[in-house]
Amino acid sequence: MALDKPYLDVPGTTIFDAEQSRKGYWLNQFCMSLMKAENREKFKADERAYLDAWPMSEEQKQGVLTRDLNRCIAAGGNIYFLAKIGATDGKSFQYMAATMTGMTQDEYMAMMLGGGRRIDGNRVLGENGDAQPQNQPQGKAHRKDA
Amino acid sequence: MARITASVFTSHVPAIGAAIDLGKTHEPYWQPLFKGYEPSKQWLKDNKPDVIFLVYNDHATAFSLELIPTFAIGTAARYQPADEGWGPRPVPPVIGHPELSAHIAQSVIQDDFDLTIVNKMDVDHGLTVPLSLMCGQPDGPNPAWPCPVIPFAVNVVQYPVPSGRRCFALGQAIRRAVESFDQDLNVQIWGTGGMSHQLQGARAGLINREWDNAWLDKLIDDPAAAAATPHIDYVREAGSEGIELVMWLIARGAMADVAGGAKPTLRHRFYHVPASNTAVGHVILENNA
Repeated sequence: MALDKPYLDVPGTTIFDAEQSRKGYWLNQFCMSLMKAENREKFKADERAYLDAWPMSEEQKQGVLTRDLNRCIAAGGNIYFLAKIGATDGKSFQYMAATMTGMTQDEYMAMMLGGGRRIDGNRVLGENGDAQPQNQPQGKAHRKDA
Repeated sequence: MARITASVFTSHVPAIGAAIDLGKTHEPYWQPLFKGYEPSKQWLKDNKPDVIFLVYNDHATAFSLELIPTFAIGTAARYQPADEGWGPRPVPPVIGHPELSAHIAQSVIQDDFDLTIVNKMDVDHGLTVPLSLMCGQPDGPNPAWPCPVIPFAVNVVQYPVPSGRRCFALGQAIRRAVESFDQDLNVQIWGTGGMSHQLQGARAGLINREWDNAWLDKLIDDPAAAAATPHIDYVREAGSEGIELVMWLIARGAMADVAGGAKPTLRHRFYHVPASNTAVGHVILENNA
């Protein structure tokens, strides 16, 4: 019998459950390796070669190389692990969070200062909040009327 | 006999630690947040515990995916602040209380909670940010935290995390364990993490002020109802990382009223948005003997 996963209908959200964890094991362990300064240097010197030393899928490697965190998460990445890539790049967590929404860092920061993203319309897939798939990517630059 | 005198609840956002470490606490962005903790720092000075039992979570620091303990109790004599990728926070090592830790571990395991025992680990911002918020940044020639700390790490990284109900019952077992320790010790239990926040995906930045405050009301006045909150409610209403709030239920479960004693006194309550990506919640409850 399949496991009950009541969280699959939350928009813009991937729960890092046992299945995602299994899928993302090497991707996350690669991220963990960036906790060491000498590994960060090796990675920065030749990202592709460093990644090729890990038994990761090509999709996972491309996610890392393009710094597409949503792609990494879909491939089993967990944000606490992926944050170590941003730290290696010298980027703030807010920058990383903004990239996952399509907003600029300034737009994202303004949203947070305004009280954060609203819950209304963002509880269940099928509503029309700003985190719903039909409203991606977010941010002024992507608006059709812009 | 050792006893639990109070519980402290607070978020543990890493950016708060960075603001303290870089001397930014008086900047307009941070000032309202730190103002909310001024009464707490005074309260801690006036009510200095002998030991703090600190419930927190590790953020892929001491525990990678190689090993994912649901509940892990530190039994070491000391713990180093971890290098989380930016170098370790410039704060003192955390001094443990191995005797009380070992006693709690044995008692709680015999009470049917299968803890993992950790004799060596570094502690990350989940543990050191609450200490900085409540104690201020230790300085002087030999900077030190005011008392020994027992780190208690809960898995909230890989789903499923323990249920609120399980955490609440564990708190009750921890209370029984503390009270069966012969030495006369004043113990505080702190629950950290939360409140609403989501750090991933198109829904990153979610904050739910109404839900957070309703949950805080329950935590204070009807903790069994707060403990009955299902996982999906945290995820849907408070964001994927809002689920860290289950850790507060361990501290709340250790309070006297849950075991039939008097209701605790609410000493302080504070709520602020934002700290980086997160809503910050903070409560202090004192037991009435």
